[in-house]
Amino acid sequence: MRRSRRVLAGSVLALAAVFLVVAPFGLKPYGIFILSMWAVMTIAAIGLNLTLGYAGQISLAQAAFVGIGAYITAYLTTKGWPFWSTYLFGGVSCFATGWLLGYPALRVQHHYLAFVTLAFNTLVYLIFRNEEWLTGGIYGISNVPRPSVLGWSMNGAREFYYFCLAHLVLVSTATWWLIRSPWGLAFVALRENPIRALSLGVDTRRYTLMAFALGAGLGGISGALYAPLVQFIDPTPFALGLSLNLLLMVVLGGSGYFFGPFLGAIVAVLLPEWLRFTQGFYLMGYAVLVMIMMAFSPSGLLGLADRLTRPRSGGAR
Amino acid sequence: MLPAFFVLIGMGSFGLAFWPAVALGGVVSVVVLGVAFKKLMVDPMIRHGVLPLVIASIGLAILMKEMVREFYGADAWPFPALWATTDVSMFGAVFAVQSLLILAICIAVVVALQLFLGGTRTGRCMQATAQNPTLARLLGIRVERMILYTFLINGALVWIASLLITPIYLAKFTNGEWLGLYAFIAAIIGGFNQVRGAIVGGLLLGVVDNFAAVYISSQYRMAVPLLILIVVILFRPQGLLGRIEERTV
Amino acid sequence: MSTVLEVRDLRKSFGGIVAVDGVSFGVEEGEILGIIGPNGSGKSTLFNCILGQLRPTAGDVHLDGRPVTGMRPCDLNRLGVSRTFQLLQIFPQLSVRRNLVLAGQEHQGTMLSRLVGRRDAGLSAAADRMLGFFRLGQVADEYAGDLSYGQQKLLDTAMAFMAGPRLALLDEPAGGVNLTMLASLRERLQAINAEQGSTFVVIEHNMEFVMALCNRILVLAEGRVIAQGDPAEVRRNPKVIEAYLGGS
Repeated sequence: MRRSRRVLAGSVLALAAVFLVVAPFGLKPYGIFILSMWAVMTIAAIGLNLTLGYAGQISLAQAAFVGIGAYITAYLTTKGWPFWSTYLFGGVSCFATGWLLGYPALRVQHHYLAFVTLAFNTLVYLIFRNEEWLTGGIYGISNVPRPSVLGWSMNGAREFYYFCLAHLVLVSTATWWLIRSPWGLAFVALRENPIRALSLGVDTRRYTLMAFALGAGLGGISGALYAPLVQFIDPTPFALGLSLNLLLMVVLGGSGYFFGPFLGAIVAVLLPEWLRFTQGFYLMGYAVLVMIMMAFSPSGLLGLADRLTRPRSGGAR
Repeated sequence: MLPAFFVLIGMGSFGLAFWPAVALGGVVSVVVLGVAFKKLMVDPMIRHGVLPLVIASIGLAILMKEMVREFYGADAWPFPALWATTDVSMFGAVFAVQSLLILAICIAVVVALQLFLGGTRTGRCMQATAQNPTLARLLGIRVERMILYTFLINGALVWIASLLITPIYLAKFTNGEWLGLYAFIAAIIGGFNQVRGAIVGGLLLGVVDNFAAVYISSQYRMAVPLLILIVVILFRPQGLLGRIEERTV
Repeated sequence: MSTVLEVRDLRKSFGGIVAVDGVSFGVEEGEILGIIGPNGSGKSTLFNCILGQLRPTAGDVHLDGRPVTGMRPCDLNRLGVSRTFQLLQIFPQLSVRRNLVLAGQEHQGTMLSRLVGRRDAGLSAAADRMLGFFRLGQVADEYAGDLSYGQQKLLDTAMAFMAGPRLALLDEPAGGVNLTMLASLRERLQAINAEQGSTFVVIEHNMEFVMALCNRILVLAEGRVIAQGDPAEVRRNPKVIEAYLGGS
């Protein structure tokens, strides 16, 4: 029965891919904007899925990294620096900061770690809000330009959407390759049984730090795309709320599943937009959906799909 | 946030006077936020682990906020104070009677809780359940009931806290978010497994927070409790007053 | 023959409780040393101290003459030491084969080379050989969690050997393995010992198993060594009998 599962998954993916490529032609600029936002948030969620889903390290700091990436990009591009340089700067800074944030993870676990990362996120938010000379404080940085690739301007909604989509594809491919590598297996060992992993030679210290650093780096890349997408950066989006939202995306989609972040981002970014017509009630409906999901399928949407289509015998992942 | 609204609804829709409405609010708090929360949310989800429960509670928080906003309103309503808003002069400084009253009630509640947990049979059974539920069950302790009591007590404590806070902050659907966070931080700093730790953590946090606002910077006021939190978690995770709990391998 | 492992005056206390109270012994290359003793005698704690899971309160551990006291388990593993645990510790969500690949992979190259360099490099083949050796070939692609307890125990032991260790410390490898597999397990272990010259230290409760497998036996009681010698001697030793049955 494994083949039919693969065929099902393959067809869903193919349909989704087609949709993603042709959708902009049927949508108004706001619709394209929301789809671009979905792509950007998925990248951040993929990062968190790596840290939380694969390596088992809980992090409530992802929003801070998205913010750092966004502010670096906004600051540099408004000063005339080329976009690719903001990647390097933003990605490397976030990677390094994430590595440092991993050190507390070596000392404490689970809910304590959640609080340390939460505190970190709030501290970073405070810096964004207060250091006006650097970040513009509550007034933020406006008129963030969109980049141009090889002379082609990405200014239009559709062009920039494809730019974001291309990044999503690149990030996904890289993450897929990472997970398939010995590192991916080491992360799973770290998550499932760190004591046994240690005794098998897995340097759990290095892999924990790496899980944080990589997740943070992806958050930074997400931020680097977020800035030119919304073209105005202020501190509010990078507060704790986004970290919780990203956590929700990862868990709801399916923590530790490759496509979990994609699904989670659909629920967290697209669903509220589609439900907007219900006005005050859409947040309530969203909240109820989240609670029901957690009660009946804590392994998320993909966990549910896995269980429903699991062949009765054999077949390991 | 909610208990205050229960009281307001009691006074508004049911036409009760203040104190009967407070009592009604207490009962509803204990039932809804205690019993219902446990039976409908915690029980089904706890076997899946902590993370789904955390996510579900985030969802529940959003739901409660939005329900109040949608069905009661988005404004900030005044809430009657428990005592007259007078001042008193002591030791050369001016104190609001309200503040002294809040402090006194908090200390009284903590002492009462401490006496209950350490001095009564039920309280000790609850402690046993917390330390080793399997063994407690074998000893004949009704573990499920003990857990229920925890939630009931929490419902009541939240009711008291709401009554103390809402006159100052007014009844608004966004109440409680920052306070909830501060409460968690206070509990961790003070020591999660000690009731006394709560009062130490709370007082320490309150004092530090206000001093930071004046002497460091009002903008970075929140940073000080957070930094203390980080230091405590990294170097003394059991909290200032807590005891290290042995992990089983 | 050289001394592979030497433990000198090892002591470990938890607060007021002394779990290991001045234990000293040495293990020669190629030897199979058994450690027995009643429950609570400190056997697993001794292992944990030797292997870096716990920091000893006093005493030291030497591997091939160099001090390794308190070294991290992963570093010890890379020096050629591996172990199994008393409580089964496999990865139930991975397939049997992936469990074995994981067990062997951290010995190849550096962390970075494992990402960008050539993958696998014979690991799958080594895993297959191990599967065949421990007769787990038919369940290679099953989830490790779906195996029977005995099979999981065999997998656990197999994982310890994936990296070709010089010294293997096995904590109750026979626990829960059914009788038919026991003889086979003993043969496998003896085969590895003979072919690769690896040194074993085995904690066991199954007397028959340990007496048949080991060259030399150490008896622990209340954290101290109360007897040492070849299996026949130890079995007759009155102190040992007393420790197990309780004196008056």
